[in-house]
Amino acid sequence: MLEINDLHAGIGDREILKGISLSVKAGEIHAVMGPNGSGKSTLAQVLAGNPSYEVTRGTVSYNGQNLLEMAPEVRAQNGIFLAFQYPVEIPGVSNAYFLRSAYNEIRKANGQEEVDPLEFLDLVEEKLKLVDMDETLLSRSVNHGFSGGEKKRNEIFQMAVLSPRLAILDETDSGLDIDALRIVAEGVNKLRSPENATIVVTHYQRLLNYIVPDYVHVLANGRIVKSGGKELALELEEKGYDWLQGAGAGAGAVA
Amino acid sequence: MKGARENPAAATAGAAGKSGASSVTTRAPGSIEVYREDFERKMSGPDWLRALRKEGMARFQTLGFPTTKNEDWHFTSVAPIAERTFRLAPLGVGGVKRADLARFDFGENGWHTLVFMNGAFSEELSSNAVLGNGVRVSSLAQAINSGTPSIERHLGKIAAFEQHTFTALNTAFISDGTYIELAADTVVEQPIHLVFVSEGEGVSHPRNLIVAGRHSRATVIESYVSLRDSGYFTNAVTEISLGEGAHLDHYKLQRESEKAFHVGTVQIREARDSQLHSFSLAVGGSLARTNIYTSLDGDAATCTLNGLYLTDGTQHVDNQTSIEHIAPNCPSHELYKGVLDGRSHGVFNGKVFVHPEAQKTDGKQSNNNLLLSPTARVDTKPQLEIFADDVKSTHGATVGRLDDVAMFYLNSRGIGPETARMLLTYAFAADVLETIPLVPLREQLERMVLARLADEV
Ligand SMILES: Nc1ncnc2c1ncn2[C@@H]1O[C@H](COP(=O)(O)OP(=O)(O)O)[C@@H](O)[C@H]1O
Ligand SMILES: [Mg+2]
Repeated sequence: MLEINDLHAGIGDREILKGISLSVKAGEIHAVMGPNGSGKSTLAQVLAGNPSYEVTRGTVSYNGQNLLEMAPEVRAQNGIFLAFQYPVEIPGVSNAYFLRSAYNEIRKANGQEEVDPLEFLDLVEEKLKLVDMDETLLSRSVNHGFSGGEKKRNEIFQMAVLSPRLAILDETDSGLDIDALRIVAEGVNKLRSPENATIVVTHYQRLLNYIVPDYVHVLANGRIVKSGGKELALELEEKGYDWLQGAGAGAGAVA
Repeated sequence: MKGARENPAAATAGAAGKSGASSVTTRAPGSIEVYREDFERKMSGPDWLRALRKEGMARFQTLGFPTTKNEDWHFTSVAPIAERTFRLAPLGVGGVKRADLARFDFGENGWHTLVFMNGAFSEELSSNAVLGNGVRVSSLAQAINSGTPSIERHLGKIAAFEQHTFTALNTAFISDGTYIELAADTVVEQPIHLVFVSEGEGVSHPRNLIVAGRHSRATVIESYVSLRDSGYFTNAVTEISLGEGAHLDHYKLQRESEKAFHVGTVQIREARDSQLHSFSLAVGGSLARTNIYTSLDGDAATCTLNGLYLTDGTQHVDNQTSIEHIAPNCPSHELYKGVLDGRSHGVFNGKVFVHPEAQKTDGKQSNNNLLLSPTARVDTKPQLEIFADDVKSTHGATVGRLDDVAMFYLNSRGIGPETARMLLTYAFAADVLETIPLVPLREQLERMVLARLADEV
């Protein structure tokens, strides 16, 4: 589904990703772990098409297409979804209106009919339950004045409504208490299917108790320094990241 | 803060206003003489009115057109008006039907509506609603002809023309407009809609007078519109007297042709406990200036001055407001927002004067601007002058662009740049529209703003 090959990217003169290679197949869950500042969010943002990052080398193909040539909205219309580490507040745009616009734009791009506000409400009701989100958040401005936990739930709620083929969750666990974490993880697991894939970006192992990955990759200083199965996450939990810094430098790992 | 004088630099580079400039004038050859000629040809009415009009003409000739050396016109050159010759527009316009004006009625064809064609009242295009007792609404010309005493008492007394050239010019040509009189305790539920339709290449000088008695209440909408894209000049003045405890919701909707010139002044005097809620929309005109000036004369009078301007192409749209805190205990609130695209130029100048007697004044003012293109420009100049010590006052002006981070967030959800731009722009303007209490008007303006933004992308 996703083939990343020797990806280099940065901002201005600063290179942040220094040669990432990663292959994700349908049905798989990949965890990307690593210390703060290692480039996890940069990888997630680059995959979603954030124009403030410049890709300087390498290729990314998504279902056989050149992902790097696709505009961010086209990526979303083709099933890519990024749950932001820092969801953006948009005062003045209601959550419901925003999400219905997104839903309809994606449907339009896929040759499906748009839904009206009432149909949309029916459709989202069940998804709200999935992430245990209060319905009143629908009529409020997007993420505006939401608590940290509400913002994260709102990301997963959007994901549930838009039902992507490749979901990238960037630190969705940070700032969540254990109950919220469980709810979010359940949400993700319910959406799991043999056609979809998920990349879970996290600093901590604890989310991986609930969302069990097929592969774990460790990112340090813009490179994948180690890849393994789910047991790698436990090892990291025990030993921390220090023993890996510097290890395998330059060796792109392919899962 | 006694005697403190705050005159912050404008929010755009190099835009600081130079204060204290005297009103230096240019005299475009011919143009003032043309006004003089038309003035002399059109002398009629009772003696007091002739005298008032003469005063206006004399003052206009003395002041001439302002240049950008005049502090009040620092960011706006009126040369395009001064250098043109505008003859008085022909009275009435043939061929216009009521159905042509339906698009300006907010879907509410039951409202009491007075229509003016090139400044002259049109009985056949107007429609009456039952407004109840205690309210009189008529054309100003009819009210003057029938010798209404309160007109003589108020006309020309509220809208000062000592320093205001366009008000002086309007005064020189007072002939028609609207007269609204509310008796004490009269509450008019139905909005009163005044529609000024202009066409051709001439000038009209609509003059309105609203006299609201004690504890009366009404909603008045002034719409300045056009059916064709022509280069006329509208120079309107509205005078409003709010008696003790009176409450007026006033809307000025400037939707002139994009080739037109518009100068509109609304000047209000507020007695104790009165309330003014003013909303000013400015979307039309090639060169447009709106002045909303209020004076809080009596204890605990309040005003809310809100506004929205949307500009594009090469439009120049200037908004000036002035709030005079004369009496103590008066709160004033002001929120103006601007969305500027193309090579357009917006101006906001909000003056708040707190006089020495006006203790316990509570003044809030903000002006926020959104630039949609690299060539759009805005000059914003909040201006506070405070001469009392016990005053709460805040003001702020911002000029920004669409937020890249929000833009990417929307894009990442499948919403393309055009729709995203529209959504974010609309969101920027939405909060000031939400302050409009008159629901059909608010909804129509929301639709209009959305449609306009959709058009642009
Ligand atoms: N927009 C940005 N501007 C400047 N530096 C950035 C930006 N985004 C990320 N960086 C830098 O790139 C490095 C990686 O950041 P990030 O991808 O956010 O790491 P992680 O998500 O693993 O904590 C950090 O040193 C960070 O400071
Ligand atoms: Mg991060």
